[in-house]
Amino acid sequence: MLSVENIDVYRGRTHVLRQVDIHVKHGEIIALIGANGAGKTTTLRTISGLLHPAKGKILYAAGKGKRQIEISSLPPEQIVSTGVSHCPEGRGVFSQLSVKENLLVGAYLRKDNKIEQDIQSIYEMFPILEERSTQAAGNLSGGEQMMLALGRSLMSRPKLLILDEPSLGLAPLVIETIFNKLKKINTEGVTILIVEQNAVMALELSHRAYVLETGRVTLFGRSADLTLNPEVQKAYLGGE
Amino acid sequence: MESNRPRYCLGLLIMFMVVFSLGIERTANDYILAIVSFTGINIILAVSLNVTNGFAGLFSLGHPAFMAIGGYTTALLTFSMEKKPLFLPDLPQWLIPVHLPFFPALLVGGCFAALVAQIVGISVLRLKGHYLAVATMGFLIIVQVLLNNANSITRGPLGLNGLEEFTNVSWVAGWVVVTIYTCWKIKFSSLGRSMLAVKEDSMAANSLGVDLFYTRNFALTVGAFFAGVAGGLWGHLITAVTPGSFSLIMSFNIIVMVVVGGTGSITGSVTAAIIFTLAIECFRPLEENFGIYGVGEIVISLVLILILIFKPSGMFGTGEPKFVTGKYKQLSPTNGK
Amino acid sequence: MDFGYIAQQLANGLILGSMYALVAIGFSMIYGIVRLINFAHGDIVMIGAFTTLVLMETAGLPFPLVAFFVLLTGCGMGILIERISFRPMRGAPQVTGFIASLGISIMLQNLGILTLSAQPRNFSFPSYMQRILNLGPVSFRVVDVVIILTAFFLMVALIFLVQKTKLGIAMRATAENIDVARLMGIDINKTIMATFAIGSGLAAIAGLMWGGKFGQIDPLMGYVPGLKSFVAAVIGGVGSIPGAILGAFILGLSEVLFVGLLPPIYSSYRDAFVFGVLIIILIAMPNGLLGKDIGDKA
Repeated sequence: MLSVENIDVYRGRTHVLRQVDIHVKHGEIIALIGANGAGKTTTLRTISGLLHPAKGKILYAAGKGKRQIEISSLPPEQIVSTGVSHCPEGRGVFSQLSVKENLLVGAYLRKDNKIEQDIQSIYEMFPILEERSTQAAGNLSGGEQMMLALGRSLMSRPKLLILDEPSLGLAPLVIETIFNKLKKINTEGVTILIVEQNAVMALELSHRAYVLETGRVTLFGRSADLTLNPEVQKAYLGGE
Repeated sequence: MESNRPRYCLGLLIMFMVVFSLGIERTANDYILAIVSFTGINIILAVSLNVTNGFAGLFSLGHPAFMAIGGYTTALLTFSMEKKPLFLPDLPQWLIPVHLPFFPALLVGGCFAALVAQIVGISVLRLKGHYLAVATMGFLIIVQVLLNNANSITRGPLGLNGLEEFTNVSWVAGWVVVTIYTCWKIKFSSLGRSMLAVKEDSMAANSLGVDLFYTRNFALTVGAFFAGVAGGLWGHLITAVTPGSFSLIMSFNIIVMVVVGGTGSITGSVTAAIIFTLAIECFRPLEENFGIYGVGEIVISLVLILILIFKPSGMFGTGEPKFVTGKYKQLSPTNGK
Repeated sequence: MDFGYIAQQLANGLILGSMYALVAIGFSMIYGIVRLINFAHGDIVMIGAFTTLVLMETAGLPFPLVAFFVLLTGCGMGILIERISFRPMRGAPQVTGFIASLGISIMLQNLGILTLSAQPRNFSFPSYMQRILNLGPVSFRVVDVVIILTAFFLMVALIFLVQKTKLGIAMRATAENIDVARLMGIDINKTIMATFAIGSGLAAIAGLMWGGKFGQIDPLMGYVPGLKSFVAAVIGGVGSIPGAILGAFILGLSEVLFVGLLPPIYSSYRDAFVFGVLIIILIAMPNGLLGKDIGDKA
């Protein structure tokens, strides 16, 4: 579905990503783990078109059997239209817009008449959002903002959902709710690429995972295998 | 570790200025002399604005206001004692007998501008970026309004005319050297480095013990002093000071010089000031002969916009070229983004 | 100084305020979305005024059609300026855009001088617009009523657009976070362009009104309304549209009262007063009356 092929990315003069190679198959949950500054967010921002690779390419196909297209030179708004939805780091809800307006912005590129219906299904998923639908998103709690950000990302009916640290700064109970919803979203046919600092949870959720270290992919494989890998245990799982 | 090159350059500059001004004053006609003097005054203005704007990153549009303060002060101090009762019948009593020769009058003018800068600085220097620019523009407009209305001292919109033509190439050349020398010294002193630090990241600079307010205020004050002196020289070159001449257009012109030369580069400001003045003088006959008024400013603003788009660091960036600094690498931040 | 006099002054302040408001809205919208103090915004007022002159006196079009074309011209100028000057500078330090806008302003003024000469032109609306209406102690010209009603209508339309339409939501989202807006599929170039177009269109209409109100226009006329509207926007809180409107009326009224109620000797200090207020507000309450803290002023 998504092939990130040997990309090199610079930010200003800093060489952030070197030869990063990531492959996501249809229906998978892929986790990207690594320390601060390893280049996880940069990878995601490059996939969604906010940054462009200096070398390498990114191929994407909206579903099984769909034609593969090269997306690495497209602007983000066109990438969104192909079915990629990126829920940014720090949630990025529009704090001065109401909850409902945030959801509407998520459906910005849609022209069909089922938007209202989808908003209702988001409200069913997270009832608190319906209660607060006219409030400014800035007044929501962190957990509610995460729910809103996730709901907003789903409003574009993505085929590939990209999440950047959804657990950041949230209470364990809220994280559990969010991760349960992610599993459910995945079983409904949405492929997920998730970046997480919390490697335990990320490996538990995902089918496969990639480990990034200082801009390179150092390890990858099935999440269950990585959980047992002694290096991963030592560096990311706090085990011995 | 510093190279001796800047010292040689200074020596060369002084020698050149002496020979040049003596030579040109004997040979050239009045028109050429006037252009040369304007060029020098523009150099003083651009280099001094560069201290405020380039070194410390305080984007000020108030330079002409300081010029006006210096210009009016100098003009009042040197105003001929015979003409005073005629021109300024309502002058406050204590000002009537005050009279100074040109040089001390210039100094007083500069100092008064610097004093005003201190006072203005207390209020506006907590603003930053374009908000500071707008506040200093407000200051410029307020000064213009005051000059227009304080009839007893400034003769309102008429301005003070009939000043004696004290300014000549030698005076200007002398002040150019003093300005460049002082600003150069500041740039490569620890205070200059504090200014650069404040410009780059004021919070980090503050955490390292740089007194933000003092540094900023100093940069504004130095700029104001030389602007005041330039105002005095200017008034005694065209023999008049009027509120209308110290306008936003003038502010814009000085900023163009600084930006084109490279914000923070003294060499750049000097070069740009020379090019700018000569360009203006080339456009003037064109505008008058063909009746195409405004062409000069159009070209200048176009050049400014093109530079901002394609080479925002200007001709010399923030640094000084190697032929002035010598081969040692200078202590200056990375050239502009 | 009776009631009638004060009522008349208040009415004048209202008229002045509605013209400031139309310009200030654009200032605020443009600042809100790209954090640019667009100094050239005032010169759109001048372009609007001269467009009116050409369309009305030379082409002889009826007034509503003139207003429509003036609006279009303003929109076009806004788009043009954004596209050729500000877009290439996006991402540069804020001051860069400000200097550029100063350059554009001076360029537009001098283009005006070059093509139209610096001489002021008389500007007169058709005679039915000049008729005087008496409302108790207050007398209006028809044109004054037209100014207030048009301004009011445009403000309501604008607030509807920003609050209720898809474009409006996109504009507010972009103003808050450009990157996230892009991730939602918003074409920020189009959105920013639309903001410049709308803001400049309103300023051009203000130019039409300015000419009708004061009867004289010249290439430098945009300077004062431009600056004052900026002050109005700052009073209300830059970036906030209701703030800009509120600030404009406060400024318009207090300016008229300053001149009307104080002894005449002070009236020539009017501009000093306006900019004194500006500096005080910038320092004491940088978010203005209705603005939100975006922490980039002091």
